[in-house]
Amino acid sequence: MEQTARAAVLAGLGRRETWARSLRVAAYPLALALLAFALMLGTAIGPVGIGPAEVMKVFLRHLLPLNVDVAPVSDTIVWEIRLPRVLLAGLVGGTLAYSGAAYQGMFRNPLADPYLLGVAAGAGLAATIVIVGPVPATYGNFSLITLAAFGGAITAVVLTYGLARMGGTTPTTTLILSGVAVSTLAVSATSYLMLAHQRDTISVLSWLLGGFNNSGWHKMWFIVPYTVPAAVVIFVHGRLLNVMQLDEQQAQQLGVNVERTKLVVLVASSLATAAAVSVAGIIGFVGLVVPHAVRLLLGLDYRQLLPLSALLGASFLILADLAARTAISPGELPVGVITAFLGAPFFLYLLRRQRKAFF
Amino acid sequence: MLDVVRLRVSYGERPVLQGVDLSVAAGEVVGLVGPNGCGKTTLLKAITRVIPWQAGEVLLLGAPASKLSRQELSRRVAVVPQSPALPVGYTALEVVLMGRTPHLGFLDQEGADDYRRAREALQRVGAADFAERRVDELSGGERQNVVLARALAQDAPILLLDEPTANLDIGHQIAVAQLVRELASDRRLAVVAAIHDLTLAALYCDRLALMDAGALVANGPPEQVLTAENILQVYHARVVVLREPELPAPVVVPYTDGVTDGVPPTGAVSTGRHP
Repeated sequence: MEQTARAAVLAGLGRRETWARSLRVAAYPLALALLAFALMLGTAIGPVGIGPAEVMKVFLRHLLPLNVDVAPVSDTIVWEIRLPRVLLAGLVGGTLAYSGAAYQGMFRNPLADPYLLGVAAGAGLAATIVIVGPVPATYGNFSLITLAAFGGAITAVVLTYGLARMGGTTPTTTLILSGVAVSTLAVSATSYLMLAHQRDTISVLSWLLGGFNNSGWHKMWFIVPYTVPAAVVIFVHGRLLNVMQLDEQQAQQLGVNVERTKLVVLVASSLATAAAVSVAGIIGFVGLVVPHAVRLLLGLDYRQLLPLSALLGASFLILADLAARTAISPGELPVGVITAFLGAPFFLYLLRRQRKAFF
Repeated sequence: MLDVVRLRVSYGERPVLQGVDLSVAAGEVVGLVGPNGCGKTTLLKAITRVIPWQAGEVLLLGAPASKLSRQELSRRVAVVPQSPALPVGYTALEVVLMGRTPHLGFLDQEGADDYRRAREALQRVGAADFAERRVDELSGGERQNVVLARALAQDAPILLLDEPTANLDIGHQIAVAQLVRELASDRRLAVVAAIHDLTLAALYCDRLALMDAGALVANGPPEQVLTAENILQVYHARVVVLREPELPAPVVVPYTDGVTDGVPPTGAVSTGRHP
């Protein structure tokens, strides 16, 4: 009797370990499959339902030199409206997630998110200034808001970094604190502008909350030149980010040029996040929670954590955007509301499931 | 191997090291002793340039440390810091593998050779059994061994240890000290260990360097450095230094009336009885 109970417990333990290991091995195929599934779902579902077969045909028509027969309406909806939107959501989600993971690693702080150094607040303030200002904000496909938001985001980070720099070094805690201060300053200025220009409050607010309802290929091409090189730069720093989990002095004694690594990772992730925020507004939660979900499921090695966060962040935001535009169709919810509403319970579930102390 | 030349370090206006000179040869173990706050840790950190110095130089195998890149420096000096923070969730093997960082190019990943060296290092410190265990679940002594293994995996000719035996029971203290001693002989390492336990230091070090207020006040064989006068002057502590023929090295015990009055000292004993 006792022997059987003991055997059952051991078998249970074995199962759990095997499960975790096989999950780790299959992580990339699974993440890629999830992303493909999200892409397909995102392009197929909408006010006009288009079957997966039809969607595939549209893809084939554009990607291969084949003469595929597709209804022009489907072609326009899938290729000109839904696909750029889905791809943009994917790129933004991936960018926020890998930047968040990189920030958390660099600061050795689980609460770090990609907006920590003022990217979001700076972008928000600059966008608000353009929206309430006298100059028209858009000229066809060209949006002054996007450009201003990008400039604002970069200015805020440069300001934060400059304020935190002491002698030859940039102490991590000082960097975080000056990021908080710069953000607070920008947010208070934004709030003042919103109250002072009440006819624009709704436009400002809907930009700040973020979303993909004005997507198009042009926005995707705006973010690609930043996020793709940044991803490469950050991913190759995975091994060094592992070593930096010790602490800065130990990392230095192991031969890591900590200041240079911090600066490179910071510049890359800030540029990518700035581009993401300027096309999609301030979407919370993805950068904080997706990397933690990956850690809980798959472990702490930054060489896997960074790319897997990018893949899962992309899938997550595509699906969240799908929910945002279908939940109260024909209206649209801000996607930030969805990311938090779906993300928080899922994350709490993961956190509670984990038996060992986490961070 | 290691030459510290007239090294000066100050934190702001406050001088911490006032022109320290120290040389350590291959195969030699030097114990760095002195009261809390005398600059032992600062000296060890300055050698690896984790703390910048104001004047002087550190020569590592003849090369000035100020001219070496971080990576070149870490190929020459390995450090076991004082109770270092280890990241939650990493296994002992993963932490020891980090010791291979100095030998990996920017885009390199650890190869079979690095794994072999990491496992050997774990074996050497007697920690092979918990290679796969998470470092946050290890005991203090086991963690100390993991950090020591990491330093060994670094494969550097100079080894610095900051209080390697602090917080360890006497069994672990002896094991760590013995291991360091053996490593110095087997691998011809130049070792500097900051250490509080004077008796342990005397037992395992070839030479002691006694520091006080950022300066070296004595430097020589343990029997020469550990005198009651030196200890009174530097630590402001009254001690008895026992030098019995059957003892392998001087033993330092706190002075009490009982020691000198109850047990009359025999042999070469100096007491800390000052006016």
